[in-house]
This record gives sequence, structure tokens and C-alpha cells, in this order.
Amino acid sequence: MKHSFSKSLLAISLLVAGFVWLQGCKPKGTQSAVSGDAAAKAYVAPGKYDEFYNFVSGGFSGQMSVYGLPSGRLFRVIPVFSVDPEKGWGYSEETKPMLNTSHGFVPWDDLHHIALSVTKSEHDGRWAFGNANNTPRIARIDLKTFRTAEIIEIPNSAGNHSSPFITENSEYVVAGTRFSVPIGNKLDVPINTYKENFKGTVSFIGVDKTSGEMNVAFQILTPGINFDLARAGKGKSAGWFFFSCYNSEKANTLLEVNASQKDKDFIMAVNWKKAEEYAKAGKGVKKAVRYAHNKYDDNTHSATSTIMNEVLVLDPKDCPDMIYFMPCPKSPHGCDTDPTGEYIVGSGKLAAVIPVFSFTKIQDAIAKKNYDGEYDGIPVLKYEAVLHGEVSKPGLGPLHTEFDGNGNAYTSFFVSSEIVKWSVKDLKVLDRVPTYYSIGHLSVPGGPTKKPWGKYVIAYNKITKDRYLPTGPELTQSAQLYDISGDKMKLILDFPTIGEPHYAEAIPAEMIMKNSRKIFKLEENKHPYIAMGEGKTKVERKGNEVHVYMTAIRSHITPDNIEGVKLGETVYFHVTNLEQDWDVPHGFAVKGISNAELLIMPGETQTLKWTPEKAGVYPMYCTDFCSALHQEMQGYIRISPAGSNVPLLFSTGTNLPAVTAPAATEKPATK
Amino acid sequence: MKKIFNLIFFATALFMISCGNNKTSEAGTSTDAAVPAGGQENVKDDVSTPDVVKVAVGSKDHTTLVAALKQAELVTSLANAGPFTVFAPTNAAFDKLPAGTVDGLMKDDKKADLQNILQYHVTTSALDVKFLTDGMTLGMVNGDNATISIKDGKTILNGSATIIASVRASNGWVHVIDAVLLPPAKK
Repeated sequence: MKHSFSKSLLAISLLVAGFVWLQGCKPKGTQSAVSGDAAAKAYVAPGKYDEFYNFVSGGFSGQMSVYGLPSGRLFRVIPVFSVDPEKGWGYSEETKPMLNTSHGFVPWDDLHHIALSVTKSEHDGRWAFGNANNTPRIARIDLKTFRTAEIIEIPNSAGNHSSPFITENSEYVVAGTRFSVPIGNKLDVPINTYKENFKGTVSFIGVDKTSGEMNVAFQILTPGINFDLARAGKGKSAGWFFFSCYNSEKANTLLEVNASQKDKDFIMAVNWKKAEEYAKAGKGVKKAVRYAHNKYDDNTHSATSTIMNEVLVLDPKDCPDMIYFMPCPKSPHGCDTDPTGEYIVGSGKLAAVIPVFSFTKIQDAIAKKNYDGEYDGIPVLKYEAVLHGEVSKPGLGPLHTEFDGNGNAYTSFFVSSEIVKWSVKDLKVLDRVPTYYSIGHLSVPGGPTKKPWGKYVIAYNKITKDRYLPTGPELTQSAQLYDISGDKMKLILDFPTIGEPHYAEAIPAEMIMKNSRKIFKLEENKHPYIAMGEGKTKVERKGNEVHVYMTAIRSHITPDNIEGVKLGETVYFHVTNLEQDWDVPHGFAVKGISNAELLIMPGETQTLKWTPEKAGVYPMYCTDFCSALHQEMQGYIRISPAGSNVPLLFSTGTNLPAVTAPAATEKPATK
Repeated sequence: MKKIFNLIFFATALFMISCGNNKTSEAGTSTDAAVPAGGQENVKDDVSTPDVVKVAVGSKDHTTLVAALKQAELVTSLANAGPFTVFAPTNAAFDKLPAGTVDGLMKDDKKADLQNILQYHVTTSALDVKFLTDGMTLGMVNGDNATISIKDGKTILNGSATIIASVRASNGWVHVIDAVLLPPAKK
């Protein structure tokens, strides 16, 4: 099943069959959605740049990709949770610790959502966060280098779907568990004791204001339900966080039926400022856990992984007035707050309406204890008391909502394959546009912030059966770009995406490009195996390890002739790229190596480990086209049998055919 | 194989020249934001090591060479990834040519001759002086060869132009020479 939400196609089919009257809402005259000058609107001329960066989750690829808008051109795939042999991510000695977890090295994950860092609920262009849905983790990508700078694992979580949404000043990134699981000391329990033994958590990951470094600040223990998506409040509601939840039935099997029994599930409202106070006041309990915290250092060009052993858990029983439930129809998926912070939009993916909640009314209902009973001891607010209103007959299968700066909301509809624009204040539908394929997430530049830039809405599609040439059983995933500057939404462009796009964010280009790093300065390189210049290259034997301190610069590697390595030894190629020129990485690969290549940025050092298994002469070369003589950028390493007496030799430009003396007597180069 | 590649490279360079953007700003100092010019030579970059063009532009002893490179529309090619070794005659070297030679070559109808001469000062390889050995032949971009000789520790091209200084650029080397190299006469 390609789509991330968990209800059945059967249920959706029944819904469609039952609601034929909604056919009247189906888009008419789809031709009108595409205008003749669409291509010109997406064209970027030489010397010009795109207007926005679009950071797009890669879904099951585990990566994050970066596109330009309006051109839809792919600029970069940032390896995050999955190994990337193309970039050496997870293969070089320096990057392997980034993928370490409490379960050991995990080479893959499923990245669903993006959160760009904010200050005062507006984009600040510093970091992008991404979630690992399978082995729960959050990654922080540094938008200066476009690389994953940090990954932190989330303890007491399973399926980190409700993540990595962010508070108004990036104080916290949240991580709500999709699966409730046994928590505590007794983990080996019968699955059908779910109702007694399974619990949920939402974690608040602190983010250092200056460095961005993350820490698991505290977790809130919740009833054993499933958390889906979330959004922080803004402005007046900035101290609150809203999480959509499903499976209030607490089913542990066949959820597609058993988790759809109740008319309403919940949106969980968390007063996170209060939770923070409770955490500081020592109301929490420190529990023993194990999770990995991995950091990459741009000076040593190396990552470290530390296993942490403790987490602070807040139990709502001990922390009154911290969380409340709001009833929300039919397994809510999207949970989005508008730019003013007053309205919270819940999108029940099986619901026929879109409920919009009012923050003012929520506060009022809490003050008046206007409850509709309790759920596992947590107050449930009365639906009618907190409701601003419902958008009626919006379409079929509402999923996600984003906002422009003009009081309008844009909601994606999976079943009826469309985007519907509606007015937040009076809940009237203003426009609808077909998305041709089944849309999942959507994004407006700045759409989740207090200051949306508007101009475009982008649809992210997992199923693309009408416009893409067939490529066997699976077709590409895609994004569709719509101009929303006028009253009517207009399709401009459709472009393929890497992996399966879930959530994405777009930000004005000038906020990022001015900070983008061009090179790493050699003099700042603190890698323990750097060769600071060709004169510092060497080959050293340490026990059964051979360390090659190598350099690369247009258009040769130094040393390019290496002899005297023996079977049974492990070779570490520490390659320093001596270039100090933007966009001139060098690659490095060796024939027969059971490893990937290295891709070394200007001024950086990276290490490739190799344990040869057969004697012989092995070619090595630069894999990243660097110059007109890139093809000449090559060398050889000779591997001799164990016990051979070939001396350790290394050189560049001097290991010439013997004229007066046999080559075997050549002395090691010592330049 | 290398020759074929060089030919392709040369052909590409020629193509780039013929389609070149005539608007060559002073490298790295363009403030003409109203008319963004395409091309890598116009990208603002104050962080990277300067390329061979920027090295020449930054030298007060090479104003004649820089003017000639612009007139010959070679700036785009020399701003690319290289690797290049540019043998850069000083202003004094150009002054040693017979009176009127430079002015003649700077005329639009002599552009092909100017390009031929300037391309005879460039080889597609980043050559540290220590790589240049006595008797070595260098294939220059215009298709002709130049010969290296070493005398009294000095590295000399074609027996006439001595390397008097060397600057490492991001995309190769600039070796300053004290005489202009003249391509061999056409047979």
C-alpha cells in the first residue's frame, strides 16, 4: 500500500459508492485548469535563479530532496536516513556513525515530513528537520551545507509519524508515536493485552538556539492511541501543540475496520509551556532507556555516535491541565493551524466535512470545564463548544491543509483528487482544481508559518497514471505546481520526485542561497588523517592497518603509485580534496572494493576502508568529473601476498621505468 | 584518446567563444545586477581561490594580456574547471614586440590571429613548474607544440620566454613569462 494513511481502500470505495451525490463536486472542464502560457511561467533563464527552494521528503527513499520553484528542477538529494553510495553516506568511516541506533547500524528509513526552522513562527532559513518513520529518529539538516548535521533517536516510540513539527521559535521539535507499544520494564507481553499494556508518547526534542543541537527534553505519556500528524499553535496559541490521533478504539489488529468504529477520534491539545514548567519543576520521572545521538562535525569532517540512557517522562496523572482531547470526525489525518493561530483544521480522512476549531473557544471551554467526559482520565472537550464551524461538502477524503497570507486555506482531497480553496473565516468553498492523480500532501511557500508567501501551491502525488510514460509496474511519483496568485488556481508544471513525496516546505531562495557554503577551508580541517598539501602525503603501517594519507587536486591523486601492501592488512584511504574552489568535489574508488565511492568536497577529508582479498594490482581513480583531464586522474595500488617482502613505496610522478637500476630498489618518496 | 579529448575540448571552447557572451564583467566585481549575465565567469564568488582569469585580472603587470583575452573572447573558457596552465606574458613582454603589433591584433578583423596567439599560451593541464622537464613538449590549446628547456635552473619555453614567477589558481597555474610566444609559421 503506497499511501501513508492506514484506512482501507475498501472503506474508501464504500464511501465513494455511498456518496454519489458528491459527484456534483467533481471538477468540471478540467481543460480550463491549464493555461497556454504555463511553460513560460516555469522557465528560468540563464543568469537567473528560481524564486523558491522546495525541500521535499523522500518517503521510503529515506532522503530529502531539494528542488527549485517554479522550475521544478532537482538540485540535490540530501542523504539523511538511508545510505547513499553515490555520496559515500553510510560507507565512509566518517559518516557511518550517523546511521547508528540503539539497534546498531540501520541503513534505511522512511522520511515523511519536513519542518523548516522558524523564529516567531516565520521561516529563518537555518535548518530543516526530517523524521524517520520506522526506527524513530529526527534529523537536522544544516542549510549552509545541505547536509545532515545531526540525528537523534526517540526512545519509547514506534513509528515516528507525528513528527518533526516545530514550536514558534524552534524551541522544540515534536515526535509523536504512530504505534503505541509496551513501555517500561515489561516489554514481552501478549499483543492482545494492548488495552492494558500499550501506551503512546509524544516527545519534545529541545533545539539549541545557536548550534541547533537536539536533546530529548521530555516525553508525555498518553493513552494507547495512534498519533498521526501535528502542528504548533502560533501567535495567541503559540504555547500549545495540536496532535491528530486515530484508533481511539485501541485496536491491535485489522485496524482498517477496527479503528474506524467510532464516529469521532481526537485532536490532542497540549499546553507545552505548561509541560515545560512541569519538566523543570521535577514532576517527571526519569526512565532508563537506550537511544543514539549522532552528530557530524564540519571541522573534523567526522561523525560521532553516543548512546544515551535516560529520558524524562511526564504522566498526565501527575500534571493536570497539560493535555485535553477534542473530538474530531473519523480518523483525523492533517491537523493544521492557520497563520493567525486562531483556527485549527482537522482533516478526517473518512469524514464528509472539515471541522475547524477555534483556539478562543478551546480556552473558554477549558475555563468552564465544558467537558464531554474523560478518556483514560484526560478531559474531552465538547465538540460543539470548541468548533468554529465545518466546511460542508468540501470533497472526498480531506488530508492536509495549508494557508496563503490572505485568509484562504487549501485542502488536498485524496479520494476526489483535487485541491479545494476555501475561506477560513466563513468556511465557504472558493475554488477547486483537479490534481488528476490521487494527491497526498500539499504545500504553499511559508504555508505552515505565520507569514505565508503564497503565490504557489504544490501537490504531491504518489500515483501518476495519466501523464508519465510507463516504466514497468511502478510509475514515478510527482509534484504539480499551481499558480494561486489569482482567484483561480492554475496548473503550471508537473515534475517527478525522488522516492515518495510526503510533506514538503518551500522558502524564498534568497533566505538560503546567501548562506550556502562554497568550500571547506583547508586550514580549518581538523581531521586526524588530513594530508595538508601534497608534501604531507604518506603511507603508514600500524599493526595490520595501512593508512594512506592521500590528496586530490586537478588532475592527479598523490600518491598515485602504492606498493608493498600485503594480504591480511586493512587499507584506509584518507583522501583530502586540496581544491579551494566551489563545485569541485573529487571522487575516489578502487576496483573490486566491497564498499562505495568517496565523494570529497573541497577542503574535506574522507576515508574509505578496504580489506583486499586477492593479490594483484588494483586501479583507483577520481569518480567525479572534475576537469578536462579527469580521465587522467588515476593510479594503482599493488597488493602482495602475506609474508611478501615488497617494501612499502608510494609516489606520484617519480615511479618511472628503470633505466640504471631495477624499480624494486626505488626508495619511498619523501617530498 | 587524450588527443581526441583535447580536440573535442578545443572544439567546445571554440564553440563557446563563437557563442560567447560579449558582456564580460570585471571578474568578481560585477555590480550590474539589473542585467544578470549568464555564464560561470559572471558568478559572484569571493570565497574560492581565484581562477586563472581572476589571477591575471588582479595583476597590474598583465593589463595588456587581460585586454587581449577579453578581445579574443577567451574569458569564458579560462573560467571553467580547466585544468589550465597559462603562460602569461607581462606588459613589458608585449612591449618588446615590434611597434604596432599589439594594436594591430586588437582590431576586430584580426580576432582569429589574436585567438591563435593567446591559445598558444595555454595548455590543458595543471602543471607545477617542478613537473616541467628539459626537452618536454607541451601541446598548446591552439594545436601547436611548445618546447621546454631548463638552463641554469630557469625554465624556458621555446628557448626564448623564461618563467619568472608562478601563481597557483583554482583551476590551474599561471606562469609569468618575460616574452610573448609566437606560434610556429603555418606550413
